[in-house]
Amino acid sequence: MSGLSELAGRAVEQAVAAGAGDAEAYASEAENREVRAHGGEVESLAAATRRGLGLRVWIGGRVGYGFGTDLSVPGVAAIAARAVEAARAADEDRFAGPPGAAGEAPVLDGLSDPSRAEWPAARIADLALAVERSALQADSRVVGVEEAVYFDSAERVAIAASSGTGGEYETSSCYAYLQALAEGKTGRETGLGFDLGRGPAGLDPAAVGREGAERATEMIGSAKPPSRSCPVVLDPTVAASFVGLLGNALGADSVQRGRSPLAERLGEEVAGEAFVLHDDGLDPGGFATAPFDAEGTPRRRTPLVEAGRLQTFLYDSYTARRGGVASTGNAGRSGYRTPPRVSATNLIVSPGSASFEQLLREAGEGVFVNDVAGLHSGVNPVSGVFSVGASGLAIRGGERAEPLREFTIASDLVSMLRAVRTAGSEPRWVPFGGSVSAPPLLIGEMTVSGS
Amino acid sequence: MSRVEALLDPAVAERVLARVLTHGGEFAELFAERRGGLTLAIDESRIESVQAGAEEGAGVRVLSGGTTYFAHVDGLDPADLERAADEAAGALRGDRAEPRPLRAEAMTPQPIERRPEEVPVERKARLLRELDERARSAGAEIVQATASYGEARREVAVANSKGLFSGDDRTRVRIGAQAVARRGDRVETGAETLGGHRGFELFDDEPASIAASAAGKALTLLDAGPAPTGSMPVVVGGGFGGVLFHEMTGHGLEADHVQKGASVYAGKLGEAVAQPLLVAYDDGRLPGEWGSDAVDDEGTPTQKTLVIEDGRLVSFLYDRQCAERDRVASTGNGRRESFRHLPIPRMTNTYIAPGEAEPEAIIGEVEKGFYAVSFAGGQVDPASGDFVFGVNEGYLIEGGKVTRPCRGATLVGNCLQALAAIDAVGNDFWMKTGMCGKGGQKVPVGTGQGHVRIAAMTVGGTQA
Repeated sequence: MSGLSELAGRAVEQAVAAGAGDAEAYASEAENREVRAHGGEVESLAAATRRGLGLRVWIGGRVGYGFGTDLSVPGVAAIAARAVEAARAADEDRFAGPPGAAGEAPVLDGLSDPSRAEWPAARIADLALAVERSALQADSRVVGVEEAVYFDSAERVAIAASSGTGGEYETSSCYAYLQALAEGKTGRETGLGFDLGRGPAGLDPAAVGREGAERATEMIGSAKPPSRSCPVVLDPTVAASFVGLLGNALGADSVQRGRSPLAERLGEEVAGEAFVLHDDGLDPGGFATAPFDAEGTPRRRTPLVEAGRLQTFLYDSYTARRGGVASTGNAGRSGYRTPPRVSATNLIVSPGSASFEQLLREAGEGVFVNDVAGLHSGVNPVSGVFSVGASGLAIRGGERAEPLREFTIASDLVSMLRAVRTAGSEPRWVPFGGSVSAPPLLIGEMTVSGS
Repeated sequence: MSRVEALLDPAVAERVLARVLTHGGEFAELFAERRGGLTLAIDESRIESVQAGAEEGAGVRVLSGGTTYFAHVDGLDPADLERAADEAAGALRGDRAEPRPLRAEAMTPQPIERRPEEVPVERKARLLRELDERARSAGAEIVQATASYGEARREVAVANSKGLFSGDDRTRVRIGAQAVARRGDRVETGAETLGGHRGFELFDDEPASIAASAAGKALTLLDAGPAPTGSMPVVVGGGFGGVLFHEMTGHGLEADHVQKGASVYAGKLGEAVAQPLLVAYDDGRLPGEWGSDAVDDEGTPTQKTLVIEDGRLVSFLYDRQCAERDRVASTGNGRRESFRHLPIPRMTNTYIAPGEAEPEAIIGEVEKGFYAVSFAGGQVDPASGDFVFGVNEGYLIEGGKVTRPCRGATLVGNCLQALAAIDAVGNDFWMKTGMCGKGGQKVPVGTGQGHVRIAAMTVGGTQA
């Protein structure tokens, strides 16, 4: 047992000593590095370590949470005291309680890439510089790069609970991205390129630069499209953003509290048959992959939408108890500062058989949406109604045509899913909206508002 | 000993700065922080999600040859600070540089009348119950209500190799209310917040009215029809309507974007970017406002910066490093989310100053247009100037009158065109709170204005 598991175990004991009926500790220690490159120079190089502890305690049906960075014995006692005091301020909730015994978690290999620790600062700095350089070399119309960034992190997590669940694992991840700037006649255009992996050896810096350059230059000369209703093809990054929203709507917490557009739709037809979705906490390619969830429940693969029908919601131990079902291992957390809450792990949209070109041909006359903005403000999470800013390309005669900007696409989540006609054959992992793998999607009809 | 010195002993800070510069560097800085806070919520009329935490740590940066080296650690023991110093300076190979001796600046934080951590948690729970009650009693169609309370205190100390030793003690409180209304299949939501760089005294005056307001918005939207589509005059409401200016202009004035050529305002200093009726400020000193601080996160005193004077662009917003590049003084806009982040130019409280028009006249002159009262949020690409805003409360204007509510409207446009198209600024004025994200860092900002009219803007509606 490592020091981190010992710390978590000791924290549980200290919480019980402070007056908790039950307690669960989450301890994490992380190391991360970030390089920002600009103008052929390293703009900044950051390195950091962090350790923290979060304690969730139960006193009967009252739940409280405390967290902190002081991990000495008196420091943990202070965290425990805060958590117990917090629980005393909460109201009784008859479904609240520590997660029960959950079965054996699988052993997963390959969650941590040794290249992360092996690459020194100078080498990751070179990688960030290479990302920038490749965008500048890809196209003479690329006049600069707003920022080329490399980031990596290794994290060790330990969980212990008075109910007996617990465990420890280690993961690593890294990504690189840039915003390329292209000069057009009417102004500057930006284009995002990105790649992600478990370690720097898995990244392709040249591809990141090329993607940013291509996205920026293809927007040169863009104009507003006329307002109309037409077929729309969503880029994998855009499809993934919407799927991320869908993941929130599928969380049993928002369903049980009547705040999901999918509440009361279990078993109903909610999507076109081409749209197949599952949540897979064990997929080796996914960045949310771990042996167990934030409460120690083993991760698993959960079909969500199959044959157009909604198969299940996502549960943690609280919502499972409240719903009279078993947890799907979907307790997630964003760190030690916040308690676990229901969240999707890796959301995976099954690819279809149509190439991207075939999707465009099938769309005929329509719009290819390459980017959306304002997802956090343009979507009503309760009703699922949305209107978001978008940019992309016109589709004419089944082919890519002139660039389009400053328009919006509007629908609601369920109507959009039902209108999915075809899924593309080439999925991509996207870090927007959680960890999502999505192919391009053809939506039969959507409202496009421009001039 | 002052609170700043209790957080960071100047003698220790001097030692750490000297250690950072062992292998050279033009500038070194130590940022120490202690933060604590409490949040709680009411949902299904039950107090839950009670969370309390405390963290402390430090960030060390050193500038050498155009590169910033940064490291941060949890903990404020001298050993922790030395570890951060060694990590930050690890890649440097130059000759030792000497920091200047520290001179302590007087600290004058924003006054807090009633420290929130001294108010019993039961009182905070009672406040949430009042909010819940007010939202639920607003109408039978209100089916859900939630509310949240948050308090946070950040004590910070900054010491740098130019001899600066300064700090701040910041306390913020904020409440929020959300309501869901349902009629048949129609589901609508409304939200409202109240916050400030204040103590619990902020809640002395009818705080539960925000819950009534949130519920009112949700109920109004039940009657809403589809939003119009196309280009038309848009009247933007006061307060949080200022988020439009924040997004479409404020971000483009942040000097880092400007210096990288990633702002549509680059090269436009001194030029007319708006009609002469427009005057705008960024003011980090507004008493009690959400985006105010005594000093920024580099120890520079905050200030009131005139950014647009009679339609002319007159200043960008600077942190220390960007200011040095442009050979000007920092405007006190070097902010960071925490000791785990590098400071970058950020807005504080950004607003369009009150104009001369009566709000009724601003609407009365519009034959057919859109009235955006408040936004769910917005996003802008500073390089191209393209922006998008989700409207959460909007109405049609027909024949100079506000007629029916609209749902699901979005405003899209380009900063330069939209700013130049502002043809009326109201004489009413108020501020609202927001959390602004940039470069992965969230900081509290204030936005404000009175009613403002944009002569033409694209409304992306829900009808084709």
